[in-house]
Amino acid sequence: MTETPLIVTKDLTKTYPMGLHTIAALDSVSLSFDKGEFAGLVGPSGSGKTTLLNIIGSLDTPTAGSAVVMGQRIEALTHKEAARLRNRHVGFIFQTFNLLPVYTVYENVEFALLLLGLPPAERRRKVLAALEWVHLADRAKSRPAQLSGGESQRVAIARAIVKEPDIILADEPTANLDAQNSHNILRTMARLNGELGTTFIFATHDFKVMQYLRRTVTLIDGRVDTDQQTDGRPGTSGAGEQP
Amino acid sequence: MIRFLLKGLLRDRSRSLLPFITVMLGSALTVIGFSWTNGAMSSMIESGARFSTGHVKVMSRAYAKEADQAPNDLALAGAGSLLAGLAREYPNLDWTPRIAFGGLIDVPDAQGETRVQGPVAGLAVNLRDPGSPERGLLNLDKAVVRGRLPERPGEILLSDGFAARLGIGPGATATLISATMYGSLVVQNFVVAGTVRFGIAVMDRGAMIADIDDMRGALDMADSAGEILGFFRDSPYRRDEAASLAAGFNSARHGDGGEFAPRMVSLHEQSGLAQTLDFAAQVYSLMLVFFILVMSIVLWNAGLMSSLRRYGEFGIRLALGEDHGRLYRSLIAEGTIVGFLGSAAGTALGLAVSYYLQNTGFDLGSMLKNASVIVTDVLRARVTPASYVIGFVPGLAATFLGKAVSGIGIYRRETSRLAKEFEG
Repeated sequence: MTETPLIVTKDLTKTYPMGLHTIAALDSVSLSFDKGEFAGLVGPSGSGKTTLLNIIGSLDTPTAGSAVVMGQRIEALTHKEAARLRNRHVGFIFQTFNLLPVYTVYENVEFALLLLGLPPAERRRKVLAALEWVHLADRAKSRPAQLSGGESQRVAIARAIVKEPDIILADEPTANLDAQNSHNILRTMARLNGELGTTFIFATHDFKVMQYLRRTVTLIDGRVDTDQQTDGRPGTSGAGEQP
Repeated sequence: MIRFLLKGLLRDRSRSLLPFITVMLGSALTVIGFSWTNGAMSSMIESGARFSTGHVKVMSRAYAKEADQAPNDLALAGAGSLLAGLAREYPNLDWTPRIAFGGLIDVPDAQGETRVQGPVAGLAVNLRDPGSPERGLLNLDKAVVRGRLPERPGEILLSDGFAARLGIGPGATATLISATMYGSLVVQNFVVAGTVRFGIAVMDRGAMIADIDDMRGALDMADSAGEILGFFRDSPYRRDEAASLAAGFNSARHGDGGEFAPRMVSLHEQSGLAQTLDFAAQVYSLMLVFFILVMSIVLWNAGLMSSLRRYGEFGIRLALGEDHGRLYRSLIAEGTIVGFLGSAAGTALGLAVSYYLQNTGFDLGSMLKNASVIVTDVLRARVTPASYVIGFVPGLAATFLGKAVSGIGIYRRETSRLAKEFEG
C-alpha cells in the first residue's frame, strides 16, 4: 500500500499585484513530497522557490489551486490553525538564521517547545538533546551575537528539529556561510534526515546544497521545469568533518 | 511564557528602559503638575480667604446684600458676644472681626494745612491683641517694607507705594477723613508706624491697615464689626464643609427675620467666587486632559516605534508556530508590565517631589524684594488622594493603548512578510 504524501500541491498559483499588472510568482505548480524526502527547489531568483516554501509552511496562502500539508488544506486554514500546523509539524531554517538576539542559544531553541506547552523538565531534555545533535551543548548560554555564522545556523537547525517536526523547510540555508560551514550544516541535515526520517525541502540556488539533494525540482518563472531524482552524494571538495 | 517575556524585557533596553523612562517621566510630571496646580489654586483661594472672604464669613443680612460696598451702617452689633458664641459653637475655626472702610488720607504741612491727599481703602483688624490670628493671616511681619507693625493706639500701616506718593514714611502723621456708621464726618489723626506691600496694584496705590479698636472709636462702631471671618484651623479651605457649616448656622437662625440678624456665607458664595473657581477648575481640567493626551500620544508613538522595530521578531515567532492572538496578547502583556512599573515609579517620584513642594514650598519671597499681604510668598503643591491615581491610570492606559494600537500591525501584515522583515 502506498503511503500518503506529506505534501501535495495541485495547480498551485500565487500572484501579486504590481501596479496595474499582476505578477505570477507560482503558476499551476503540481507537486507531491513523501515522508523522508531530501528535496530541493532550485532555480534563479524570482522563480518562486521561496513563495512555494512559504505556502507549504502556511506562512502564505495560494491565490488559486490547493496545497495540502499533513492532510490540511493550507488555503482553508485560519491564522490559528496555520500556527498550530507550523508549531507541530513544520520547522523553518532561514538564510539569515533569524535567531532572537536577546535570548540565549538555549532559550532560542526552547521557544518552540514553550509554544507547545511542554513541562519544564521535558523541555530541558529535548533542548539539550537538540543542541547535542548539532554539537552546541557547550554554547547553550551564549547569545547569538557571540556565535559564528556556522554556529548560528546550527542553532537554527536545533530550533527547527527540537520539536521533532515532520517537515523542515530551509530557505537558502547556506547563503551566508562559507564552503566549510555549508558542508558541515548540510551533513548535519542529511544525518537528521537519515536518522530521524525528517522530510527536508530546500529552496536554493547553491550548488553545494544541490550536491546533497536526492530530488531536485527546478522552477523557472513560477513553473515546474524539471523534477529529477539525484544521488545525493556530494563530492569531497571543501567538505570538512564534524561541525 | 511570562518568564520568557520578562527576560526579553530585562535584556532589551529599547523594549523596556525607554518606554519605562517615558512612562515614568510622564506619570511623574502629571502628578507634579496636578499637585502643583492644586496647590496654586488652594493658594489663590487661601490668599483671597485671608484678605477678604475667610473660609466662612458672618455678616448682618443687610450687610451681606451690599457686601461689595462695605456698608458699615449695616454692620453687626454686639460683635463681642457673637464672636464668643461662634468660638464656642465652632471651636475648630479661628474667628476674627474686621471692618472695611474708605475715605481720604490727608497729609498736613507744618502749618496744619493740607499738603497732599489721596483716596484710601482701609481694613481694620485686630492688630494689638497677642492672641489674634491676623498678623499671620495677613503675613504682616514679612510684608512690612519700612518701619514696624503698630504697637500703640493710633498707629497705622500704609501701603508703601501710597506712602511714597504722599511723601511720608514711618513716624509721619496722616489724617483719615471718613464717615461714621451713622453717617457723620470723621476726621482722625493717625501715626504711620510702617509701610507694607499688598502685592495687588490697586491696594498698593492706596490702602491702610488700622487696629480695629482704633477704628471702632473713629467710626463710632463700638462693639460692632462689618464682618467676622472664620478660618479652618487645621487645614486649607474645604468647600463642602464650609457650605454645610453656613447652612447649619443660617438654618438655626431661620426664625430671626431681622435685617441685622447674622448670616453666614461660605467662601464660594462671595463676590462670584463660585463661578470663578468653577471656571478655574474647568480650565485646570482641560489643561490636565491636554497633558494626559500629549503623554498618551508620546507613549503610543514609543509603542509604535518599538513594535515596528520588532516586526521581524514577530515574523519569526509566527513562523515558529505562535499564533497571532497569542503574539498580540504577549505584546500587550509586555506593555502592561512596563506601563505598570513605569507608572508606579513615576507616581512615586511625582508624589515625592509633590510632598516636598507641599511641605517645603517654593519660596518666592527670597527672590522678591518684599513679601506681600495678599499674594503668598511661598508657593506650595498640594497632594490629594487624586494625586495617587492621576499619573498612574493614564500612564498605564497610555502604554496599554499604545501597544494595543501599534500591535495591530501583526494582524495587518502578511505572516510571510513579517518573517521576511527579520532578514532585513
